Amino acid sequence: MKRIIELKNHQREIYYFRFRLMLSLGFVFLMMLTLLLRFAYLQLMKHDYFQTMAESNRIAVVPIVPNRGLILDRNGIVLARNYSGYTLEIASRKVPNLEATIKELSKLVDIQPKDRKRFKKLLAESRNFDTLPIRNRLNDEEVARFAAQSYRFPGVELKARLFREYPFGEATSHLIGYIGRINQKDIHRLEKDDTVSNYRGSDYIGKIGLEQRYEKELHGSTGFEQVEVDAGGRAIRALTRSAPKSGNTLSLTLDAKLQEVAAKAFGKFRGALVAIDPNNGEILAFISRPGYDPNLFIDGIDSENWEALNTSLDVPLNNRALRGQYPMGSTLKPFMALAGLYYKRSPSYTINDPGYYTLPGNRHRYRDWKEGGHGKVDMFKSIVVSCDTYYYGLATELGIDRIHSYLSKFGFGKKTGVDMNGEVSGLLPSAEWKMKRHHQIWYPGDTVSVGIGQGYNLVTPLQLASATATLANNGVAYRPHFVKQIQRASGNTPEVKPEPTLDLHIEPQNIALVKRAMEAVTKPGGTAVRASAGAPYRIAGKTGTAQVIGMKQGEKYDADKISEYNRDHAWFIAFAPAEKPSIALAVLVENGGHGGATAAPIARKVFDYYLLGKLPKPLPATAVKEGEQSD
Amino acid sequence: MMNRKELQQRFVAHLDPVLLLAISLLMLVSLVVLYSASGGNWMRVFGQFTNIVVACAAMWLVANMPLHYLLRSAVPIYIFGMILLICVALFGDISHGARRWLDIGVGTIQPSELMKVAVPLMMAWYFEKHEATLTLKNYFVAALLLLMPVALIARQPDLGTSILIGASGFYVLFLAGLSWRIMLGMVLMAVASAPFLWSMLHNYQRHRILMLLDPSQDALGQGYHTIQGMIAVGSGGLMGKGYLHGTQTHLEFLPERTTDFIFAVYSEEFGFIGNAILLAMYIFVIGRGFMITANASTYFTRLLAGSITLTFSTYAFVNIGMVSGILPVVGVPLPLVSYGGTSMLTLLLGFGMLMSIHTHKQLVKT
Repeated sequence: MKRIIELKNHQREIYYFRFRLMLSLGFVFLMMLTLLLRFAYLQLMKHDYFQTMAESNRIAVVPIVPNRGLILDRNGIVLARNYSGYTLEIASRKVPNLEATIKELSKLVDIQPKDRKRFKKLLAESRNFDTLPIRNRLNDEEVARFAAQSYRFPGVELKARLFREYPFGEATSHLIGYIGRINQKDIHRLEKDDTVSNYRGSDYIGKIGLEQRYEKELHGSTGFEQVEVDAGGRAIRALTRSAPKSGNTLSLTLDAKLQEVAAKAFGKFRGALVAIDPNNGEILAFISRPGYDPNLFIDGIDSENWEALNTSLDVPLNNRALRGQYPMGSTLKPFMALAGLYYKRSPSYTINDPGYYTLPGNRHRYRDWKEGGHGKVDMFKSIVVSCDTYYYGLATELGIDRIHSYLSKFGFGKKTGVDMNGEVSGLLPSAEWKMKRHHQIWYPGDTVSVGIGQGYNLVTPLQLASATATLANNGVAYRPHFVKQIQRASGNTPEVKPEPTLDLHIEPQNIALVKRAMEAVTKPGGTAVRASAGAPYRIAGKTGTAQVIGMKQGEKYDADKISEYNRDHAWFIAFAPAEKPSIALAVLVENGGHGGATAAPIARKVFDYYLLGKLPKPLPATAVKEGEQSD
Repeated sequence: MMNRKELQQRFVAHLDPVLLLAISLLMLVSLVVLYSASGGNWMRVFGQFTNIVVACAAMWLVANMPLHYLLRSAVPIYIFGMILLICVALFGDISHGARRWLDIGVGTIQPSELMKVAVPLMMAWYFEKHEATLTLKNYFVAALLLLMPVALIARQPDLGTSILIGASGFYVLFLAGLSWRIMLGMVLMAVASAPFLWSMLHNYQRHRILMLLDPSQDALGQGYHTIQGMIAVGSGGLMGKGYLHGTQTHLEFLPERTTDFIFAVYSEEFGFIGNAILLAMYIFVIGRGFMITANASTYFTRLLAGSITLTFSTYAFVNIGMVSGILPVVGVPLPLVSYGGTSMLTLLLGFGMLMSIHTHKQLVKT
């Protein structure tokens, strides 16, 4: 019985089991059908969509950054170049723990505290999808060490890059300027110019100096490459490519060696020097001392160096040659003399100099630098001995309006239009200007001090050099400029052949008189004997002193009693050879005291190097004559 | 003495030629696709070949085992597996935030893999033992035998494996005749306890489930796997991009190309037609498994064979479903195709049992 029931159960069991098995089979078919429908949806219906997704996954448009153009001096010496090197860069968004990563990295490559600081600064300034350099210019050993361990550092990449380098460093800093990493402000400007697409992939842009002014020429145009990339963004192979166009090469008018000589000639002095070829306005040397190392700025300067440059009393970042404004002092006298001659003051008109000047009906004494005066002084002598009294009188006679109108022809009070950004205009005062600026009328006393280049006068070294060049070129003015030629891949532009911007039409006998007097300045009896002692060519020049602090009536200037930063600035303007000038310059030595003593020797070195190709012999102490002890 | 021919016959006597052909086709696909997925890495292909050889040897051994061996081994294997799972919970190695591995000195083992075989074996044994007098109590005990390891594995956490083992045990219960009313009650209970279960899930597990609803929400994070998998499958189109020409694969957009996401590689390169052929191969294996199950002679072997076959189908469905974006990414390999020695071994142990069940039935009857 039991056995029968069991058998029955067994039959039913198998029946039930097979029934459930069939259900399971149906379930499996349902699963497989689901999958098949899903495939049909993904692969047949939505194929185009996913095809596009896969394509955009794999194809990336990669910009190819062009090589930045070189900057050469007039003889082809390189002033700014590129070299390739390795840099270690971190994509911060891909690195969860920056601190730990940098710590680990520092075990492989040398990472100084200043590198970290600079990186942090960059991180704060950057767009968050940037990769930022933690270390530049890795040496071969470091490259090898990192490469072997790179798998440990996702988001850290070794990149081969072109670095900008300025071989002359400090000597050309204020001239060439520097490039730096593109910041938000730069991006704004690029957007305005609609050139931002040309900067895709570029990290650097000219920040100051010629690098900034000629950014458009130097940058070149960015190429593009369609590349197949993998999930990590690494390029696997190129699909199409449009080559970048390298930046153009700038050939400057500058003489790099002369520039170096001039920079050295300053020694520890602060100041500026601009040397111009008076025949065409080519700038031969352009110095602002102290300079700085422009190479520090390229990848973002570290905070210590930045602090040092910014807080130094010597203000090394200030481009004195372009933006420094100083009273021109007695260097104005030759120009004043020309103004006098233009307005028919006779060269033979002679005054008797008692050592001071008084305005009619006024007891205020405008003192000459020389106590007791120079005795009988005509125009020639007034320049040679730099007689203040003569010019007090001349200025009063001409009046401020005529002075202003004549001197502005030499470019005083106006920008020269040099090809560098940030130029300032200096100041050539007029009655109109004083009313506008100070809401005061012009007093006759104002005119008196203007006559000797004090008072409201302000001039930049570049302006004064340009004016000197115009004088040297007999009144035919050229715009000072840095770039002689732009070399393009498509062919060089013709050399810049500057047309004269203005001809003052100075009477030949007038200019001859002033030039003769300026030549006498550098001869015994003049104020700058040091400038020409032993020179085999003729130098014409004029010294000047720009007061830093004013002096009360009856007070006597004593350099020893005044702190160094309050001492007078020394000027010297000159050109050579005097009979047919090929170089004209203006030298300013800040707090240098007397132009003849500090500024003139610098000019002499520059002349000798430019004209003779060598430096002058040191002068015996006895060569210093009494005349140059003063203004 | 046996002659050579006899020896050969003895050697293959317990192998089922149809099943062997079906799984061999899939293993061949595995080697072919692995070569592409690994970017032409012969070492990877050779490694998988070694896995296959070892697993086939194990399959041969199990296939040649008489059924009462299988029956008798059920309890010891299950107990051994449970001990290992408890050890893992107590002293296991943590990797990727989960405690799944046990360091046994010479290497690490993952006891949950063993349970894939042990659980259906144990449950089938239990039902066999109580075949004559099945009551509700027996289903309850069997369910406990299932839930203990599933809970331990879910806690590791290894959601994928615990779901698959849970499924394999459920298939045993279902085939053993669990009443529809109880199953309906279980479904209702599951729905009711869903919020509670949700709160038990780890954050990353919840994340994966949410990602399924909208993978684009986190395209570079958790949704990345799903999106790239769907792109690979979808961009394959009707004919595929051609062998070794899958851009998603070779440019490394696909994660886990040789393991969990190997289906995306296959699908990208062979397209809809390739997918249909692959499904046909799986159906071939599953169909043979169903035939063996239907013809199995004892309660124990029916339940075991049915569970093995259905679990295998589930593996394939869950993996392909997750790669093509209809199931959450739970870390289940594509059976017989994904790279991996352990999964190959457990799968072929299962097929060994199927073969043993098929070829030993006469012996049992006598």
